[in-house]
Amino acid sequence: MENFTPIEAIIGGLLIGLSSSFLLLLNGKIAGMSGLASQLHSSYKPENLWRILFLVGLIFGCWVFKSSGAGLQEIEITGSLTLIIAGGVLTGLGTRMARGCTSGHGVSGIGRLSFRSFIAVPVFLGFAILTVFTIKFLSGL
Amino acid sequence: MLKNLVSIFLGFLFGLGLAISEMINPQKILNFLDIFGNWDPSLLLVLASATTTTLISFRYILKREKPLLSDQFETPKKNKLGVSLILGAIIFGIGWGLVGLCPGPAIASLSYFRWESIIFLLAMVAGLYMDRFYYSIFARR
Repeated sequence: MENFTPIEAIIGGLLIGLSSSFLLLLNGKIAGMSGLASQLHSSYKPENLWRILFLVGLIFGCWVFKSSGAGLQEIEITGSLTLIIAGGVLTGLGTRMARGCTSGHGVSGIGRLSFRSFIAVPVFLGFAILTVFTIKFLSGL
Repeated sequence: MLKNLVSIFLGFLFGLGLAISEMINPQKILNFLDIFGNWDPSLLLVLASATTTTLISFRYILKREKPLLSDQFETPKKNKLGVSLILGAIIFGIGWGLVGLCPGPAIASLSYFRWESIIFLLAMVAGLYMDRFYYSIFARR
């Protein structure tokens, strides 16, 4: 557990929770990232502007923290091109079918006490753990 | 106008949260999912901190008749378990485990100007489209 960063995790989680709370309180929207992205690709509507702005803010927030020198200067994306494409396709398809991802089901769905989210979260967490285990096992053969 | 400002600011806050907690780094996610290896429980604390916030705030927010800047709350209406929820969560879990990127961090990772982020996102959008095929083939309703 040498990479455990509990303080940063709690502060970061709090900011994510506050962002989700205020988006619901002020604009009445759920801060679900897969939902935001999926609504964008379906025919352009004027009300999509807030989605674009939220995502621009999201990228900008990360960029500012990185540029301030406080955050990670590099991220580690491992895996081959095939793995990255497969991961992307499965993530897009799966989150759309389940109507939510780590943010929509994980943060906001649990917050709303949504029955669907209480099922979805352990299922995707469980299968992600299983996938990592399987890859590790197969590469160790 | 105010709603759009709120969106970009809350997107920024969400992005800051992802950056501070290092959820932006796929390797950190994979270290969390690798529970039998050198386990890093940070993600669990991020989720706990974020959901504690939403669990408390949503209770009060959703008691209101409407949001402060909008006419109505746009929360998901679905409340039934279905094959697509379970299957979607499984597919997403596998995709998440392959690379360590879920939709929020995948979009936010554009701030690191990595080609892998762009490939992943293009594949994710392709996956979002595949959902339509799934519905047209298996789930006519």
